[in-house]
Amino acid sequence: MKKVALNGAGLLVALFAAFPVYWMIATSLKPNEEIFSTTPRPVPAEPTLAHYREILTGNLIPGVTFADFFLNSAIVAVSTVLLSGLVALLAATAVARFRFKLRTSFLIMLLVVQMIPLEALVIPLFLMIQRLGLYNTLPSLILTYLGFSLPFAIWMLRGFVAAVPRELEEAAAIDGASRAQTFRRILFPLVAPGLVATSIFSFITAWNELIFALTFVNDQDRYTLPVAMTFFFGRDDTAWGSVMAASTLFTLPVIVFFLLVQRRMVSGLVAGAVKG
Amino acid sequence: MTTLTEDTGTAAARETPARRRPRVDRLPYLLLLPCLVVVGVLLLWPLGQVVAMSFYKLDSVRQLRGDREWPWVGLANYTQILADPFFRTVLRNTVLFAAANVALTMILGTLVGLLLNRLGRKMATFVASCVMLAWATPALTGTIVWKWIFDDTSGLVTWLFNKLPDGLSQALFGQSDWTGYGWFNSPLLFFAILTLVVVWHSFPFIAVSVLAGLKSVPSELHEAARVDGAGPWKVFWKITFPLLRPVFGILVVLSTIWDFKVFTQQFVLAGGTQDRPTFMLSIYSYAEAFSPPPKYGVGSAIAVILTLILLVVTGLYVRMVLRQEDE
Repeated sequence: MKKVALNGAGLLVALFAAFPVYWMIATSLKPNEEIFSTTPRPVPAEPTLAHYREILTGNLIPGVTFADFFLNSAIVAVSTVLLSGLVALLAATAVARFRFKLRTSFLIMLLVVQMIPLEALVIPLFLMIQRLGLYNTLPSLILTYLGFSLPFAIWMLRGFVAAVPRELEEAAAIDGASRAQTFRRILFPLVAPGLVATSIFSFITAWNELIFALTFVNDQDRYTLPVAMTFFFGRDDTAWGSVMAASTLFTLPVIVFFLLVQRRMVSGLVAGAVKG
Repeated sequence: MTTLTEDTGTAAARETPARRRPRVDRLPYLLLLPCLVVVGVLLLWPLGQVVAMSFYKLDSVRQLRGDREWPWVGLANYTQILADPFFRTVLRNTVLFAAANVALTMILGTLVGLLLNRLGRKMATFVASCVMLAWATPALTGTIVWKWIFDDTSGLVTWLFNKLPDGLSQALFGQSDWTGYGWFNSPLLFFAILTLVVVWHSFPFIAVSVLAGLKSVPSELHEAARVDGAGPWKVFWKITFPLLRPVFGILVVLSTIWDFKVFTQQFVLAGGTQDRPTFMLSIYSYAEAFSPPPKYGVGSAIAVILTLILLVVTGLYVRMVLRQEDE
């Protein structure tokens, strides 16, 4: 009896959590008559890819297609990942492998910096972007997201670096390997999985971001996907099928990546913040 | 994993007595250099800059580009905001919203965490996977879907309310036809839906963290208490909660920080920055600065106020983390 109640509660929770995602996908596959019917069907009766076709082949804005926005987003996210990964790897190695005077201060700074409300930085970063002449360019976003993703990336990566047995590097050093060689041949390959996990988080940060992308980029052909979707969504409130198809295409990569690394997220924010 | 102080390392221990004199190794500083530049230029400098900007009258982009003077106005932006009754509305919205969302997220997240711990293996995996979906969904698309669910003609909620027996619907709400009902028109209803969206996005993190905490607690304690006849309520408050107190502390602080600066969900749900009665601090700051006519100085002052509030919360968080690190 108790077991039934528990399982029932579990099903309710699962329904509440997963339903919007299901509904997004289901709506994207329904023909318009089903979408705008006053009696919604739980499952698409006549599933169609028409909305996807419309999104992928049509122009959201004259001359600009969904693929262009997708590409803008991908350029920004991948550049952020590469820069952030490189800088974070260096810093994480310093923190996990060396003991130096300001090490603890540095770690505390990282912790505090992660808590800066990024929403409060829109105005000063807008000023900086204007001054640097980067307004209305994708690099303005890459720079911004680099700053946002770096503290957490270091925090996460230092655990991975610390987990590599130091003896391996010492053995290499005894065999006459230089520091650079040790780093490249021993440490880097062993930390690589951690670097991948960390990169996914930087990717998601950059991929999902809306406010800064909305503010720093003006030309429509340079919009990232979130901005394009807000625009597209705000413009035509009734094209729910296409909106849901676009949302699905935007969301799926994030969900796949996220599920790959979600374990680290919890340890990064809670346990990793405690020990690491 | 190492602790903050453990890193004396074997390398130092192996050094021969003749070389024990400490030598300054410059390598770690070199490795940190790029990171320090990034954090300094992209986070700390703007943080200082937003404070500086809040003391100027900045009304045009040309001032930002450096083509025009920046007139110093001292605390005028702050006195103007604090004297404005609208600011009090915004502050009240922000605080009440954050309080309600933190409370609801923590309660729902903890309950789901406890539930996941009690479910059988297969069921727990299934429920946890579904919960992960809510977590993984980007704030933007998650909010768009909820907006569709509350659509005033073909939305699921509108349909559900239309399905209610007319008499019941009349008695409860004074209307039976919900088609065309503006779910987002009254501020209270707007905040209720925004709360639903934000809690939906944020309870999974709490649930998974609580579950991770529960797994680290030996289950014998719970069983012993249950054998002694303690009910689930008592077991939670007498055993689970005290053991997981540090985890709960951090989760509350993190949730508070996140819920104080909700932006994307509100922006999408309200369809931009026009819905002033539902403003909270972060969107207020943004709207002052970027909706024409631009008021970058006033927007900065609001951002500083938001930052100061969060600074206090962050102070609590850092103290908590450091205290755990000592243990």
